[in-house]
Amino acid sequence: MRKPGNKGWIVLCLLFLFLFIAGWQISTVSFRDLPGPWPVAETAWYFLSDPFYDNGPNDKGIGTLALYSLGRLTLGFVAGSVAAIILGVILGLNQTLFKAANPYIQILRAISPIAWMPLLLYSVQNSNVTALMVVFMASIWPTLANTAFGVSTIKKDYVNVSNILQMNPISKVFKVILPGAGPTIVAGLKISMGSAWVAIVPAEALLGSLGLGYFVWNEWNNLSLTSVVFAILVIGVVGVFIDFMLTSLAKRLAYVD
Amino acid sequence: MALLKVEAVSKYFTSPGARSEFCVFKDVSLKVKEKEFLSVLGHSGCGKSTLLNIIAGIEAASDGYAYLDGKQIIGPGLDRMVVFQNFALLPWLTVFGNIRIAVKAAYPGWDRNKIHQWVQKYVDMVGLKGAEDKRPSELSGGMRQRVGLARAFCVGPRMLLLDEPFAQIDALTRGVIQEELVRMWEDTGITIFMVTHDVDEAILLSDRILLMSPGPEARIMEEMHVDIPRPRSRTSVIEHPAYYPLRNRIIRFLSRKDEDDQTKCVNLVA
Repeated sequence: MRKPGNKGWIVLCLLFLFLFIAGWQISTVSFRDLPGPWPVAETAWYFLSDPFYDNGPNDKGIGTLALYSLGRLTLGFVAGSVAAIILGVILGLNQTLFKAANPYIQILRAISPIAWMPLLLYSVQNSNVTALMVVFMASIWPTLANTAFGVSTIKKDYVNVSNILQMNPISKVFKVILPGAGPTIVAGLKISMGSAWVAIVPAEALLGSLGLGYFVWNEWNNLSLTSVVFAILVIGVVGVFIDFMLTSLAKRLAYVD
Repeated sequence: MALLKVEAVSKYFTSPGARSEFCVFKDVSLKVKEKEFLSVLGHSGCGKSTLLNIIAGIEAASDGYAYLDGKQIIGPGLDRMVVFQNFALLPWLTVFGNIRIAVKAAYPGWDRNKIHQWVQKYVDMVGLKGAEDKRPSELSGGMRQRVGLARAFCVGPRMLLLDEPFAQIDALTRGVIQEELVRMWEDTGITIFMVTHDVDEAILLSDRILLMSPGPEARIMEEMHVDIPRPRSRTSVIEHPAYYPLRNRIIRFLSRKDEDDQTKCVNLVA
């Protein structure tokens, strides 16, 4: 445990930031065409000063685009996670089923969600729905695997207690099994969310669905590398924000045995 | 009629890789009368916890049957609440929540208010007032087992099954909780079946003690009545003239090698 009041890490953290920006500046001096920190900061200021502007269907502010991406992520992630948790509980409670399904889960899990895209686009013929389904596919596997594992390894005592109390299957799942497997499930959700956020950028870029990925690709087509670097930073910062939300969820569901 | 009747129950395990079955205990029969406190005393590994689990309905017997109120036991139920050696509290719930989940399960028709009052009554009974919002991880072993006892008592079961309930509690606290259990047992008049390896605990608490031989193929070898008047306390028990003869008999039994176990087996079913 770190002693309370020890704030040394903040200084170190700021030092890393300084070193990063200095290194960035030096590398842009060597490679002339790359945008340095200052032009990117100017671009950031330009985009962030009016984040929600709307100049027609394909020209919207960076805030609006981030919200598009987040909305798509949330919808696909929630749908994928609900499906994953339901399936995971079923597999976790039935070892035979789990063993039978596990090889297929491992195969499906190894496939990049982007690889599904042509097939999905061909089947549904709608780029927005396809982008959602890519997020869904990216979200489902880690949560499914973790839920099944967490449910199947839940302490026998907890199940015995629920049996002695003669709980009906619904309350058994909601009051004992899900809380018991909660920390493992949330660990899966965090991995899923990470892979979904990673998948959403190329999906939007390739499908042309409005969002941060679309913005990156659009600015590349405009040959505006400064904006591309800015977009990269935005994607990273939003990712940190999402992870922070899931970490607070994990803290609430954690328990000490 | 006996409240609990165990008839010729045997338990075999087949360990993976082993050719033959391993017999934990064989032909165990016993009866527990209404409002009786019966203890089964034996070495670790003699299968006494397995026997308790069979009565609880958590494990299945390989042979024989157990009956509660004349009805065959086929699974776990609210009529046989178990107090576990390792407490088995739900760690994500508070003290209050752990008791409430049992009350809610036992009385599904009750409204919030009634449930709340009932839970509070049992929190107070085991002396956990003020600790309602703590989680099990914040409690000592003794306090955790108080929650376990409250959870078992609050549903109003036909009988309690205590599985070495105080084995993981430090010796000083153990004595206090044992006396509290005696008091709660006297107040509620509930029937209790306990397994333990603690001789003094068995004498302090029980009306009757059954001694189990060491496994494998463990059997119930002897039956002893504890003729020490109630209410009992730790000090009054050791001062009673019946205490040392009884204790010595048990200690002798537990230290004896199993030279002639089979011949001395008493039939307790009759």
